[in-house]
Amino acid sequence: MNLQLSHFSAAVLFALFASVVFGITQRNSTREMLRYGLYCFAMFVGGVIVAGWVMWILRR
Amino acid sequence: MANTSKSATQAAAAPITTMSVVAPALGWFIPGAGHLIQKRYGRGALLLVSIVTMFLLGLGMQGRVYKPNGGDILDILGFVGDIGAGGLYIISRAMNWGEGLIAHATADYGTKFIIVSGLLNFIAVADAYHIAIGKKP
Repeated sequence: MNLQLSHFSAAVLFALFASVVFGITQRNSTREMLRYGLYCFAMFVGGVIVAGWVMWILRR
Repeated sequence: MANTSKSATQAAAAPITTMSVVAPALGWFIPGAGHLIQKRYGRGALLLVSIVTMFLLGLGMQGRVYKPNGGDILDILGFVGDIGAGGLYIISRAMNWGEGLIAHATADYGTKFIIVSGLLNFIAVADAYHIAIGKKP
């Protein structure tokens, strides 16, 4: 198997799975787990987008 | 501060039960199994799917699986991350998976996927232990 994901799709998948584990392990109630998981996912993906724009600005 | 030291004292004083040994050990070998054995089915299934999928995606992306005697310090750190995946690491080493040359740019992402899946499993193992000693519901 030779899977070739784009940089962005790889980052989103990474964010998804890491957020699920962070949400489950770092909070106690189901509601808190869901909220923290979504927060982590937003931070991961938001960080990717911000870093992408920063690199674009630096390249110009 | 007082609460932190109190909970640390409680954790240190937690009795060693069969579950507090079996759950982390099983959770390390099979990701999520430490939760499943304690009847946290939803959490265990999500951990299993997340960690196993991440590891398999890493292999699919031609990521590298580190060996114990890499020599280089970064290789050793990579091995420490990889070994967290437990049974997945043992199987992939036995089958000689993850030993190909990096052929494209995202293959390095695959290596990171494999390492991080192992590190996430370490967190899941610690969580299974905390459930076993009653520190977490």
